[in-house]
Amino acid sequence: GSGGFRKRKHDNFPHGQRREEKENVNPSSALMTSFKSFQLELDTRHDKYERLVKLSRDITIESKRTIFLLHRFTSAPNGEEILNESEVKLDAVRRKIKQVAQELIGEDMYQFHRAVSPGLQEYVEAVSFQYFIKTRSLISVEEINKQLIFTAENREETTNTTSNPHDKQPHTWSLKVTPVDYLLGVADLTGELMRLCISSVGNGDIDTPFELSQFLRQIYDGFTFIGNTGPYEVSKKLYTLKQSLAKVENACYTLKVRGSEIPKHMLADVFSTKTELIDQEEGL
Amino acid sequence: QGVLTADQDIREEIRKVVQALEQTAREILTLLQGVHQGPGFQDIPKKCQKAREHFGTVRTQLESLKTKFPADQYYRFHEHWRFVLQRLVFLAAFVVFLESETLVTREAVAEILGIEADRERGFHLDIEDYLSGVLTLASELARLAVNSVTAGDYSRPLRISTFINELDSGFRLLNLKNDSLRKRYDGLKYDVKKIEEVVYDLSIRGLNKEATGG
Repeated sequence: GSGGFRKRKHDNFPHGQRREEKENVNPSSALMTSFKSFQLELDTRHDKYERLVKLSRDITIESKRTIFLLHRFTSAPNGEEILNESEVKLDAVRRKIKQVAQELIGEDMYQFHRAVSPGLQEYVEAVSFQYFIKTRSLISVEEINKQLIFTAENREETTNTTSNPHDKQPHTWSLKVTPVDYLLGVADLTGELMRLCISSVGNGDIDTPFELSQFLRQIYDGFTFIGNTGPYEVSKKLYTLKQSLAKVENACYTLKVRGSEIPKHMLADVFSTKTELIDQEEGL
Repeated sequence: QGVLTADQDIREEIRKVVQALEQTAREILTLLQGVHQGPGFQDIPKKCQKAREHFGTVRTQLESLKTKFPADQYYRFHEHWRFVLQRLVFLAAFVVFLESETLVTREAVAEILGIEADRERGFHLDIEDYLSGVLTLASELARLAVNSVTAGDYSRPLRISTFINELDSGFRLLNLKNDSLRKRYDGLKYDVKKIEEVVYDLSIRGLNKEATGG
């Protein structure tokens, strides 16, 4: 049948002829020349993207470490030290962000947004956490962006990044965290604040949970106002935020109801096993 | 909050224009599909001319699209028109191929569509969208090669074959990442193979000699 015929045809396929045809392609034809330039253009773009991804990962790691550091903060004497150390760390992160800004000069930021977005969100989380510890309030996106305006530190930097070697003007670079990245970073912050709440109770601090509860509720209200008008990622974080808020509110409830009965050092235990306790009581 | 709603509004506006563009693209495609059939072959120059007229509409629509968002945020909204733009690249490349059997350059496509070739100058054609459109052309030409034979034109497949081989060599120069462009490119080898088979079928039957000998 014709099916069998086709199979045989493929076996006899003149591979030699095909190779010959390919060698006949003129490597300096107009088409090949344009493709060579496409190769260059694509490679340059990919390289830049990779550099930005690496920077973003560094930013994420250092920001996360700052957050861990800040969790160790208490009103004890070394609190001041911790805050100072966190500032040093965040300055290091900002230096990386400056590199990002330099890479993005003359580029459309949105083309590379996906490369740097995770890092920036983590930075927002870290810097807003530090701000909350210092001021008990939420840092604004404007405030964040003010800290992300950079000037050239030395002549070498200026000549490396400008195409005009005679341009002696000091250069400024800035990076603007987008509202969406800011929102996502703040949403992640609430998770850290929830952890702060639980741990502060374990430390015997019974004021912080209530402050946090109020603060988180305000953030939650803000997010509810935005509702579903934001991109999908924001709505997803809203769900986690709700859970964090619930945990904090439950903590406050437990403190209020049982705070006076239970010795401070056992309070932390109360929160990890509180669901057990509630179940037991209902069993009675 | 204001930022987010404003963003949504812009996207709505963009979507509307893109829909209009897609409609025009469909019209051009239907027009050009006609070349695959027997009588269609004779009409090719006329079809190309008509297609170019349609591109006039496209130019107007793209002009309108440009006004819907801030010029420096092209990539923020890029996803919305990426598909239709790739489609338009393919259609432009198809027209140019039917007219001159050459590969339309990026600059030429930009001119047909009434947009810039470089990002610096505004609403432009992204290189990856250009390349995607060209790859779609390859598939269309594979189909055209087959239908040419059916319609009795034995020389066109040979010319298509030369063209596709050169195109394939060009693409092999590129270092692509594992994204949608790469996947589309992987399809190119099947197009190449199909056209080779057509040429093979013609050559073993001596039909290609008929075509070139006249």
